[in-house]
Amino acid sequence: MHIMEGYLPAAHAVGWGVVSAPFVIYGARRIVTLVREKPEVKLLMAASGAYVFVLSALKIPSVTGSCSHPTGTGLAASLFGPTVTTVLGAIVLLFQALLLAHGGLTTLGANIFSMAIVGPFVAYGLFKGITGAGFSGAVAIFVAATLGDLATYVTTSLQLALAFPDPVSGMTGAAAKFLGIFAVTRVPLAISEGLLTVIVFNLLQRYSRGELNALNIFSAKA
Amino acid sequence: MLKRNLWMLLAVIALAILPLVIHHGGDAEFGGADGEAEAAITEIQPDYKPWASPLWEPPSGEIESLLFALQAALGAGLVGFYFGRRMSPAKRPDNQ
Repeated sequence: MHIMEGYLPAAHAVGWGVVSAPFVIYGARRIVTLVREKPEVKLLMAASGAYVFVLSALKIPSVTGSCSHPTGTGLAASLFGPTVTTVLGAIVLLFQALLLAHGGLTTLGANIFSMAIVGPFVAYGLFKGITGAGFSGAVAIFVAATLGDLATYVTTSLQLALAFPDPVSGMTGAAAKFLGIFAVTRVPLAISEGLLTVIVFNLLQRYSRGELNALNIFSAKA
Repeated sequence: MLKRNLWMLLAVIALAILPLVIHHGGDAEFGGADGEAEAAITEIQPDYKPWASPLWEPPSGEIESLLFALQAALGAGLVGFYFGRRMSPAKRPDNQ
């Protein structure tokens, strides 16, 4: 989902940076508060960040004949909320921009917006809504991780369509083109991410009850 | 739980292998979707020139896969460390 270095017009690059920056700053402050109030969740937070690291390194083949990687942000977003995840995602994106030439510094704001803001917010909202409606955590996290992942790729497509409207069919045509590359390809891969995240969540429910309770994961049901 | 997790893991593996089977001996290149987006941009605006380039690029595909492997290994190591700690009997009391 990375928009490559230099592939956004300067105004767009700056614009997305300005939009994303407050989320990163707010998220960093949330992390500081959370770690101070609940030091017992520190390791789980690191592990959730590590999960983003692993998944975004896996380039999985898709039925359309191209490869792309999951985002892994649904887990952290469901456990710690969206803005904490923004920071975790931003770290991964920075690593990939600097060391792998995937994405870039000029497009960092746009990439943070899609992978570390929109995806986590969608995932968090779904997780809270679905557990609140009384469904199990596993069902909620599956839907959250799957659709959060898709939301990221849809956002990337729209960002590119906004920057590169098709000369004939306009923004809609360009959006269709980019969605064809990113979103359609992503459906099976998003399902993979959903399933993997459920496995991790099941293990957490079994072995990390204390931390899940400290984070009020099931407060809506109690 | 173990059984259900195993089935889900198998499903994930199947979803990753299936595309390779479908396109077996065929046309698909399995390049990156990022690269396809780049091509689409060039198609829409042939005269667009990227105005910035990465500060540093992995000098070869080998180095790139090294760094990708490193990224995955670091992440997996930490996730493994986490569950290793949480599952160890000595750490049980805080998991009640």
